[in-house]
Amino acid sequence: MRELKYADAILEATDFCLSDDPSVLIVGLGVPDPKGIFGTTIGLQDKYGNQRVMDMPLAENGMTGIIIGASLNGFRPVLTHQRVEFALLSIEQIVNQAAKWHYMNAGQQNVPIVIRMIIGRGWGQGAQHSQSLESWFAHIPGLKVVMPSNAYDAKGLLISSVEDNNPVIFLEHRWLHNTIDNVPSEDYRVQIGKAKIVRKGEDLSIVAHSYMVLEAIRCADILKTKGISLEVIDLRTIRPLDNELILDSVRKTGRILVVDNGWIHFGVSAEIISLVSESIFDKLLCPPQRVGMHDSPSPSTRALAQYFYPKAKNIAKMVCNMLDKNLDLNILFPKENLPTDVPDPSFKGPF
Amino acid sequence: MNNSTPKELYSSMLRIRMVEEKISKLYSEQEMRCPVHLSIGQEAVAVGVCEHLNNKDIVMSAHRAHAHYLAKGGKLKSLLAELYGKSSGCAMGKGGSMHLVDLDSGFFAAVPIVGSTIPIAVGVAWAFKMKKSSNIVAVFLGDGATEQGVFFESLDFASLKNVPILFVCENNFYSVYSQLDVRQASDRNISLLAKSHGVKTFTGDGNNINQVSEIAKEAVNYIKTNNAPAFIELETFRWLEHCGPNGDDELGYRKKGELDEWLKRDPISNYEDLIIKNKQLIRADILEIKESINNEIDKAFKFAKGSSFPELDILNQHIYKD
Repeated sequence: MRELKYADAILEATDFCLSDDPSVLIVGLGVPDPKGIFGTTIGLQDKYGNQRVMDMPLAENGMTGIIIGASLNGFRPVLTHQRVEFALLSIEQIVNQAAKWHYMNAGQQNVPIVIRMIIGRGWGQGAQHSQSLESWFAHIPGLKVVMPSNAYDAKGLLISSVEDNNPVIFLEHRWLHNTIDNVPSEDYRVQIGKAKIVRKGEDLSIVAHSYMVLEAIRCADILKTKGISLEVIDLRTIRPLDNELILDSVRKTGRILVVDNGWIHFGVSAEIISLVSESIFDKLLCPPQRVGMHDSPSPSTRALAQYFYPKAKNIAKMVCNMLDKNLDLNILFPKENLPTDVPDPSFKGPF
Repeated sequence: MNNSTPKELYSSMLRIRMVEEKISKLYSEQEMRCPVHLSIGQEAVAVGVCEHLNNKDIVMSAHRAHAHYLAKGGKLKSLLAELYGKSSGCAMGKGGSMHLVDLDSGFFAAVPIVGSTIPIAVGVAWAFKMKKSSNIVAVFLGDGATEQGVFFESLDFASLKNVPILFVCENNFYSVYSQLDVRQASDRNISLLAKSHGVKTFTGDGNNINQVSEIAKEAVNYIKTNNAPAFIELETFRWLEHCGPNGDDELGYRKKGELDEWLKRDPISNYEDLIIKNKQLIRADILEIKESINNEIDKAFKFAKGSSFPELDILNQHIYKD
């Protein structure tokens, strides 16, 4: 099958949505500029005109309200932020208005919008360009939160998100934009709310999302050579969470390790471990564990950032603890001496 | 449009006043268990603006929205049932006084986060423009909302894209208990802020229904003729407490005598005097109007009180749309 980069898959999905439905609008700071949001919107304004594909004032909260209003009057806008942090200016409109509109008016109106947000990592991004705040949004009834980890899901989930009748927060990890996957050229949908088993295994279930799925897969593939069988679940959607797939896996393996793309405390990993503990505590062979960002703001310098972001080796260490295995991880993960602040060049997929 | 007779203008203002007086009177029964922000004293703005809008034109508002809802044609029974938390309310009891909606009459929404409906209203109006519709949107906001960031963001976008929206600022000089001079610099001028964004602006006396109506007519015509936004600032005054059914002048947060001055500028009694003086109505007409409104209000309260509460299954409805 044809291979495509994640960023191009986003572009292709957006192009399809624009061509398929005249009510779709693409809005965002830099959408029509020469770099086109990391390549995800390049050429769209030429093709669809500056009314449907448009730049915007630096007014994140106001523009969020404006696309909400447009969605109440017949349009399906997609708003893009180049980093999650810019969207924080619009938390009022997202949380108070978009998420609750349909409920507050008892179903008389709905808000079909998509808000794309990009999560940075490495290269000195620092405290305000690298936060993974999916748990903030997932906390709110009325929002859906999707986080595709690969190009195939990115295209299918973006089309599903644009066609969804609710506000969808679509979180892309910057380090995924250049990864490659097999992507059909025609349109298809990946259902929101469905996780996926990306490595089948027997000994332990790893639940991960977004970029950390790739680190989890690497960990699983390497430990497999030592006879450790890890099941890796890619959440794909944070809200609604695919409870059953997670629980089925843990029923089988008896162990769960959640690899969080954000901070551990009060986040996605806390939610999933609660789910498992509340539902199938008696099936657990060892305490649930988690790996996530170091509990500090993200430092800019690579000297410190290497300790901030977890990698496959950190996951493997936790797996060994949980399975009571003693392996020399420095031998198993020899590439750790590569720069840690840029994506691993061997790490492109397809996975 | 603008076909309202003096009788209609008067009746419309009086109806709003009498509805809110009744809410105020019955609130202590503790059956309307949601915060209410009454518009008593500010009726002329709502009526004078909405008379120039048609059913397909959209209105949005904020926390003090009863007058706007009623002036736009929102159903009285649904409003009161909503205050009583009943399933026959305009939002099945899920919204309360601060989340009114009546799509049939073009009243899209009101929300209590000050300023938050301004950009949403601009978005609705922008959609009208993209659809090449001739309809417009009017958004009511207070002096406090002009301190919010989204106010400026909305003015900019509306002007940038020539959005058919009417911003109606009801400047009543107070945000809760905080008067204008602790919130805004003394030489700050609200309508000039709009003007500096390239938005056509108008100012006037919000307690004079003829003046409000005249300005609103001109502003609506401007929007439709020029395909551009307009901004109206109208000075008016809230008689009662910020939130709740009572007066609160005894708290002393307003200047001594300020309320009394504004009570003399009552938009309704002054208009009543005027139209009687002009022989447009006689005293007997006034009594007839009052009786008819009273009957309507009594029936609506009876309806609201007699309606049933929503059942448990409603709790989980409308979180997501299929």
